[in-house]
Amino acid sequence: MTAALLFEQFLNGLQFGLMLFLMSAGLTLVFGVMGLINLAHGSLFMIGAFFCAAAAGLTGNFWLGLAAGMAAAAAAGALIEVTVMRRLYTRDHLDQVLATFALILILSEGTKILFGPFPLYLDVPPLLTGTVDLGLTPYPLYRLALIVAGIGVALGLWLLIGRTRLGIRIRAGENDREMIAALGVNIRALYTVVFALGAALAGLAGALVGAVQSVQVGMGEPVLILAFVVIVIGGIGSIRGAMVGALLVGVIDTMGRFLLPQVFALFLDPSKASGAGAALASILVYLLMALILVIRPKGLFPVHA
Amino acid sequence: MPDKRREYALNAVLALGLLLVPLWAYWAGSPFTITVFTRIAIFALAAVGLNIALGLGGMVSFGHAVYFGVGGYVAGIAAQHAFNGETFLGIAGANQMLIIWPVAMIAAGLLAAVIGAFSLRTSGIFFIMITLAFAQMVYYFAISWPTYGGEDGLPIYVRNTFPGLNTMRPWNLFILCWCLLMLAIGAFALIRASRFGAALMAIRQNPDRVAAVGISPFGIKLAAFVISAMITGLAGALMADLSRFASPAAMAWTMSGELIVIIILGGTGRLFGPVAGAAVLVGFEVIFGGMTEHWRLWLGLVLLLTVLFARGGIVTLIAGRERLG
Repeated sequence: MTAALLFEQFLNGLQFGLMLFLMSAGLTLVFGVMGLINLAHGSLFMIGAFFCAAAAGLTGNFWLGLAAGMAAAAAAGALIEVTVMRRLYTRDHLDQVLATFALILILSEGTKILFGPFPLYLDVPPLLTGTVDLGLTPYPLYRLALIVAGIGVALGLWLLIGRTRLGIRIRAGENDREMIAALGVNIRALYTVVFALGAALAGLAGALVGAVQSVQVGMGEPVLILAFVVIVIGGIGSIRGAMVGALLVGVIDTMGRFLLPQVFALFLDPSKASGAGAALASILVYLLMALILVIRPKGLFPVHA
Repeated sequence: MPDKRREYALNAVLALGLLLVPLWAYWAGSPFTITVFTRIAIFALAAVGLNIALGLGGMVSFGHAVYFGVGGYVAGIAAQHAFNGETFLGIAGANQMLIIWPVAMIAAGLLAAVIGAFSLRTSGIFFIMITLAFAQMVYYFAISWPTYGGEDGLPIYVRNTFPGLNTMRPWNLFILCWCLLMLAIGAFALIRASRFGAALMAIRQNPDRVAAVGISPFGIKLAAFVISAMITGLAGALMADLSRFASPAAMAWTMSGELIVIIILGGTGRLFGPVAGAAVLVGFEVIFGGMTEHWRLWLGLVLLLTVLFARGGIVTLIAGRERLG
């Protein structure tokens, strides 16, 4: 094990964490502003990936695909908000879980009908193929671009929430929805915009990740559940918490899968070590979540509603 | 009062219907029908367990499949060791259902005690996500731990045995499941009518007020959560024996969702709600699954419309809103 390999795995973890952040940001925003738990967020991730892969396949242009993926996810998000979610804001969490669970069934089968049962594949754009030398180690350019894109979107989101009129309304909506409605803000339109924004971020994450994994039905749910872990760690409703949680989960999960089998190999025979290491690595982030819950039951950055 | 009589009648129809249709299938020689009804009985049993936590206690556990799966693995691991003569941490295997059932319940209960101790510190949306995450943790552990099959699951070569019954015959296995389901429903009714049940339901409505009269909500909720998981674990052991396969898929998050769906379709907190819900869900799969491969799309639509426009489920639809007991 060399420093170069360790550094490469750390970058992979960072990249995974930033993609998780794109998912978690939408989830935590929707919960913070509307008080809604949305299980179908993973389906929006999947929709982004499918539309990106299909559009890129048709036009031969990755960037058109990326735009199509984001647009499709945002449109699906807005449609879902107007038809279904709007009726759920005043309901209890159980109804929300159930309705969005139903949406997963509908969207997954719908995607299967639209795109067929087989996985799609998305090529890395020619501009971003190859590797780049980072001193310690050569690293795939596309993955580096994912890191840069993730940081860029996070900065953009921070500016949007902190520096624009829409951001002010979103923060006001988190604090007191009746009051901002009374002040003349169209709260219904605001909710639709927030939901579509979260959906677009999930779609972007799906489209970006689609080039490094196969695009298939059911790809959204594992990411969704990790995004839940992220926002439980970070504090539900907190964008900053989502960032910290996502980086923690991304890096710890990736490094755990890389390091634990080697650590176990120091005192177990190799076949057992890889099995035990992999098994422990797969539950590492959940143990982290349990630990943080013991210390801070409301997450690292609790939001006071 | 007519509401109560209607619910009694509906309960009788559900209990006897679940018994008489397979009995007819037994005479008509249709083992497939008996197996379908065994699945209904087992899913209903699992949902009766969840109904204690969710229906009575208001704890929306989105990870109950993990107890279902653990029950299955107890049956699978015990049978495997009984088959090959090896031991699990020094404990010999067993192929007796009367041994496997209590062990499955204890294993599920212990796991629920640990998970509950963490997740019951929170409530609301946190609780939903955390129970889901812990269930996912055990799921990933099961698929990445190669000793007991990993992703492939664990086959049960010979179905576990019950004294005096040949469990390989579909009707015999069905009648065992039906009896256990009726016992569990009886236990549910007893719990609901007890002081413990009253405290549990009061906690669902207002935990602060319960704490103010001197009852600690945490202990009551944890006890209910553990009992709930034990019943679901028992159902898991039966399911593994029915399919002769302990599967990690039994603890996938979709299974947790389906258990909640069964309860909501049937009627939350209703005595026979799980039976009605399980019959609808399994029936939907058997009937529409034969017609179109996209039956899940229709299930999703039906479910969505039920949540949005027909709250309360089947039992409420037929017997009205008032709860018995």
